[in-house]
Amino acid sequence: MLDHETAHIYSVSLLTREIKTLLEDQFPFVWITGEISNCATPASGHSYFSLKDDQAMISGVMFKNQKRNLKFTLESGLKIMGLARVSVYEPRGTYQLIFEHMEPEGAGSLQKAFEQLKNKLGDEGLFDTVHKQPIPLLPQKISVITSGTGAAVRDIIHVSVRRFPECQLEIVPVAVQGESADEQIVCAIELVNQRQQSDVIILARGGGSLEDLAAFNSESVARAVFASEIPIVTGIGHETDFTIADFVADVRAPTPSAAAELTVPEKKYLKQRIDDMHQDLLSIMTRMLTFYHQKVDDLHSRLKSPVQIMTMFKQTLISLSLRMHQALQRRMFHDKDRLVWVAQALKGTVPDIVLSRKQVLDQTHRLSRAMGHCVIQKDNRIQQLAATLSALNPASVLNRGYSIARTLPDKKVILDARTVNIQDPIEIILAQGRVLTRVEKTIHGKDHI
Amino acid sequence: MAKTTFETALKQLESIVKEMESGDLALEQTLKKYETGIEKVRYCMEILDSTEKKITQLTRDLDGSIKETPFDHE
Repeated sequence: MLDHETAHIYSVSLLTREIKTLLEDQFPFVWITGEISNCATPASGHSYFSLKDDQAMISGVMFKNQKRNLKFTLESGLKIMGLARVSVYEPRGTYQLIFEHMEPEGAGSLQKAFEQLKNKLGDEGLFDTVHKQPIPLLPQKISVITSGTGAAVRDIIHVSVRRFPECQLEIVPVAVQGESADEQIVCAIELVNQRQQSDVIILARGGGSLEDLAAFNSESVARAVFASEIPIVTGIGHETDFTIADFVADVRAPTPSAAAELTVPEKKYLKQRIDDMHQDLLSIMTRMLTFYHQKVDDLHSRLKSPVQIMTMFKQTLISLSLRMHQALQRRMFHDKDRLVWVAQALKGTVPDIVLSRKQVLDQTHRLSRAMGHCVIQKDNRIQQLAATLSALNPASVLNRGYSIARTLPDKKVILDARTVNIQDPIEIILAQGRVLTRVEKTIHGKDHI
Repeated sequence: MAKTTFETALKQLESIVKEMESGDLALEQTLKKYETGIEKVRYCMEILDSTEKKITQLTRDLDGSIKETPFDHE
């Protein structure tokens, strides 16, 4: 009878969970190899399949995300090697492998070997850039290690001759695939190094599968490339192919033709470059010489001899004296003008004494003449007047028998008879004495004698 | 070796041209540089023109002797 008290009874889920924990802890990641069968990829994009070998089978799944990195398609019958973790799907009590990474088994081992060797040599420092040697700009002689037949060697010769028609190429024919390929390549590299005639080595091969390129992924070739004192340019396979030799080489070219392009300089371009610099040299030199020529010429022209200086002073002197002379002349003319002007002005204001004296004399003459004339005239007049006066003298009239009658006492001369009355006393003045009388009669009117 | 000399000569030529272009040199120095430059030009051109086209094949026989023969690539 089961003792319910003491016995440990699992629930289904608990047991499943413990199994899950156990499995997942024990096999977190495993490398596993097997053949795929019953492969199905539903709409979800995840792939479900069984992985089996002769005696056993496990369910497997690879999710969409991880499938992205696959370089092949999952299909039944394919032998694969992959990295997976073991997981229990609790709802159904099944366990399965969840794949993280997977590759076809054959290629996988090669690839793995490749990665391992690459890591190993990388760790040793064979790929380090410090070991890379520069490719000479103009190699005198180039050794080409490749198959003596095939496209690679022709491509290299073609490209090289095109770029530099007079190039020197030394073909070292080797097998590039098969059993002894790596050995032959190593020997060739060593041979070229022994002879020390070449400046650079081209190691080349046309495209091929990973297996075909095996020799170039071999450790011996890698070490020979590394050991070569002559720089090596690789041109192996197609652009996407990378071999161990490529990593070790001093320069890696994607193809044989490209290797030739990198190694052989273009003669036309080199010549052009040198020509250009030659022209530069000439033009710089010419420019400089012209410049100094002009400078010397200029300085020479500015360098004066004493004669020149004397001449210059002489000219200055002449010029100055001329100017002085002219200035003086101008000044004199000016002053002369001024003098004339002032003299004239002076002449205009000073009185003419001679003239004035003459005038005074003239006037005096005229005055005295006029005076004499006037005196004579007046004398004549006086005599005339005296004659007239004597004629008019009453005494003389009286002498000629005339008399003057005057009233008395008024003594008024009687000119009209009507002014006197009869018996009025009158006085009659005679030439000798006077008669006093009386008026007897008056006769009026004019009564001539 | 000729190859390094060519490369060196080319580099020297370049630096001479650069130096002369800078215009910092005195006339005597420039003249000297110019002479050297022209020498380098001549030297480089000579090397470029002196080489002859030669394509050979290098092989080693079974007995270990090395043979250099013309390579027929046509």
